[in-house]
Amino acid sequence: MLKIDLIKIEVNGTPISIPQDKRVLDAINLSEQKVPTLCFDERIGPQGTCRMCLVEVKIKEQMSYVASCTAMVEENMEVFTHSDSLIEYRKTLLELTLSEIKWDQKSMDDTSLTNDEFKMAVEEYKPTNFFPKLQTREKVKDENPFISRDYDKCIACYRCTNICNDWEQASAITIDGRGQDSKIFSFFDNKLMNSNCTFCGQCINTCPTGALSNKKLELDKPVEKTKTKTICPYCGVGCGIELISDGKKVLGATPDFSAPSKGSLCVKGQFASWDFVNSKERLTDPLLKNEHGEFEKISWKKALDTFREKLKGSIDNYGPDSTVWWASARVVTESNYLLQKFARTVVGTNNIDNCSRT
Amino acid sequence: MVGRGAMTNSIEELTGSKLLLVTGSNTTETHPVISLRMKKAVKNGAKLIVIDPRKIELTKWATRYIQIRIGTDIPFYNAVANYIIKNNLYDKEYVDTRTRGFEELKKHLERYTPEYSAKICGVSVDDIIYTAKEYAAASPKAAVCYTVGITEHSCGTHNVQALANLGMLCGNFGRPNAGINPLRGQNNVQGTSDSGSLPTDLPGYQKIEAPGIVEKFEKIWDVELPRKRGITKISAMDQMIKGKIKFLYVVGENTVVSDPNANHAEHALKCVDFMIVQDIFMTETAKLADLILPASSFAEADGTFANTERRIQRVRPSISTPGNAKTDVEILLSLFKVMGRKHKSEKPADIWAEMSSTSPLFSGISYERLENEGGIQWPCPEFSHPGTPYLHKNQMESGEAGIFSPVDHIEPAEPTDSEFPFVLSTGRRRSTYHTGTQTGKAKGFDKLINEEYVEINPKDAQELKIDELDVIKVESRRGSVEAKAKISDKSPVGAVFMSFAFPETTRTNDLTSDAVDFITETPEYKACAVKLSLIR
Repeated sequence: MLKIDLIKIEVNGTPISIPQDKRVLDAINLSEQKVPTLCFDERIGPQGTCRMCLVEVKIKEQMSYVASCTAMVEENMEVFTHSDSLIEYRKTLLELTLSEIKWDQKSMDDTSLTNDEFKMAVEEYKPTNFFPKLQTREKVKDENPFISRDYDKCIACYRCTNICNDWEQASAITIDGRGQDSKIFSFFDNKLMNSNCTFCGQCINTCPTGALSNKKLELDKPVEKTKTKTICPYCGVGCGIELISDGKKVLGATPDFSAPSKGSLCVKGQFASWDFVNSKERLTDPLLKNEHGEFEKISWKKALDTFREKLKGSIDNYGPDSTVWWASARVVTESNYLLQKFARTVVGTNNIDNCSRT
Repeated sequence: MVGRGAMTNSIEELTGSKLLLVTGSNTTETHPVISLRMKKAVKNGAKLIVIDPRKIELTKWATRYIQIRIGTDIPFYNAVANYIIKNNLYDKEYVDTRTRGFEELKKHLERYTPEYSAKICGVSVDDIIYTAKEYAAASPKAAVCYTVGITEHSCGTHNVQALANLGMLCGNFGRPNAGINPLRGQNNVQGTSDSGSLPTDLPGYQKIEAPGIVEKFEKIWDVELPRKRGITKISAMDQMIKGKIKFLYVVGENTVVSDPNANHAEHALKCVDFMIVQDIFMTETAKLADLILPASSFAEADGTFANTERRIQRVRPSISTPGNAKTDVEILLSLFKVMGRKHKSEKPADIWAEMSSTSPLFSGISYERLENEGGIQWPCPEFSHPGTPYLHKNQMESGEAGIFSPVDHIEPAEPTDSEFPFVLSTGRRRSTYHTGTQTGKAKGFDKLINEEYVEINPKDAQELKIDELDVIKVESRRGSVEAKAKISDKSPVGAVFMSFAFPETTRTNDLTSDAVDFITETPEYKACAVKLSLIR
């Protein structure tokens, strides 16, 4: 094992030991305390643009303010996260930010946000004074089927452009303009379909305000919703996803950031992992082909009796090896285990295979 | 040969490799999330060599792109290995202590000089020397990643062996950020093989023909087991046509669309007396069935999937099955019951516990652990074992020395000729999946792609007077289909590319050949001879 040098620091009086290559924000998290962040996504590292995570640090009796996401820890550092001046500072910062965007109770109730840091900051610091709004921004005309953009909610935190450039390496979007005119833009005509965008959806998932959102999510309906951690049904990478459902239908999917895939998804996992589940074309009853070659709905009892009769007929007349069993790479391992066990122990054949060849 | 069909190393390890050699894998399209880790590796300073007949998107990140002629992987990697040996660039200590058969390999490779292979492969001599030098220099932190571009050939197994030889020469097995890594295609193709759904293997890759294995399972399952190895899917098709297979049970796969030479596959299935399909949709294959059992999608399933890096992960139900459909596990349990052999364990957790207890490969993995720790990578023999990020650490998993396998070049089974002058490779595209039964139903995806395309090189298009989006007929010795032309320098001169995700309009596998790998019987999807003609 590599030896890692630990140093001692204090966060709001709580002593902790931490490797010296860590940042102040890591130390705060390690001490199980919290500062608000807006521009931070650990997958792309510190940006230091939003300044919400500013804290006071004392080293050798010297006090200073640092952005905790960028500053490195130092031996015997003391960190203070919630002094009166910091609380006042964060409130003012939020008031300035909120003055530039459209934000109301509806935004606070929006359950479609994958990241709710902004919402939590508003709840914690309760901004009250707003500056008059200078202008509303233009509406985006982009007919792509998946990602909607609302410039009125953009706080220019750069998370979307950073995740697109540094994590996805797609470089499909950039920030165009400055100050109040700044907006997320894609080359050359601002239509994502004509850009490098692969619709991986990472920009939606990192956006803290809903300026970028999933056009396909039907989440504004006031129903009880559950989130279930599971695995994407497409390729062999096995990215973690969370399915959102109302108990009857799957309403959408968001990435599972706690999985080894760290929230990565591609266009299929992000936007195609539930329509087929809810499809009206799903088979709902056992079907038996009649003498005219048409399928008729039958009961499970009849289906299983037919199965037994046909299987027995085959084994009795032609032997177990006259039967063949094909497992599926789409279903859970447990089901495939049962299928091969059935073929071997009940039927008595090793004629079991799966599609890993085709 | 050293092991099993899974990544030797982990996906995340790729970001720390010094060199990635990606071959026969259109990673940005087929495994987009793995391609992110590859791009990250490049950003971290790794070199990326892409060796592929098609000028795929990943070539934009490559330090060098080598456009190899379709089906000439073996002479290429043989020449690379030969150059490494000749110039003493290999890891002598590793070769001495961890492998055997080196002298035979060395001798075998002698005729594969860079000059000799360059001609066969249609690459420059420098391409081969460059690959050899860079691969050796980056070892033991050089990772090879491949997909079905390597395996879907009649010499697919030998292709993999040529790569494995290279890996062993430079000590890239059993080291972090290295290895020989197949990127597997379907969500649970790994778990399906793990489960023993193979004609030669019981659960955990325990070979029927290995001493004591059948006896061991007879004890566990308390029943006499068949000794004779079973038949593969591809052999079964032939046996069906010969009338030897009377009863067929298919779980969730669209064989008629995904198998090569689709007309042949369809004919085979029609020869069976009674066919049962357990699936979620009325697929092309289900239409041929006599009895259909409605099953569960992943969103209703409770169990595990295993991914390409051997990680067992929990799948949890979000909703219940529609109408009278049942989960796949429930259906299987009812089959046991109706045959008067009620299965003891009925809950997925207990079924897993039973399966894992039969196999040292995952006997240390329980649902409780998966719940607490997240996914765990096999081998994991004990509950206190953390799982295995990379295989073959101190010795090969087989317990024996890695064996060098001298292999020779074999041309694709169906060469081009004056009548069928183009090579067709089939494959996948990012926004469609396999036969399209799932992505075809996703709203918005028709805006990304809604029909099949034939990708053709601009030079060939010009010669045949084909314009972008012209409808062309693609014809092989087995069938013909129509699709629109997409003119792209992704396709090399003399080769075209199609997927098989739009079977209602373009049944691509009507064209593909029934040539298969002579060891694993994997079909040769990457090369069959076709001719093209302009329709309008």
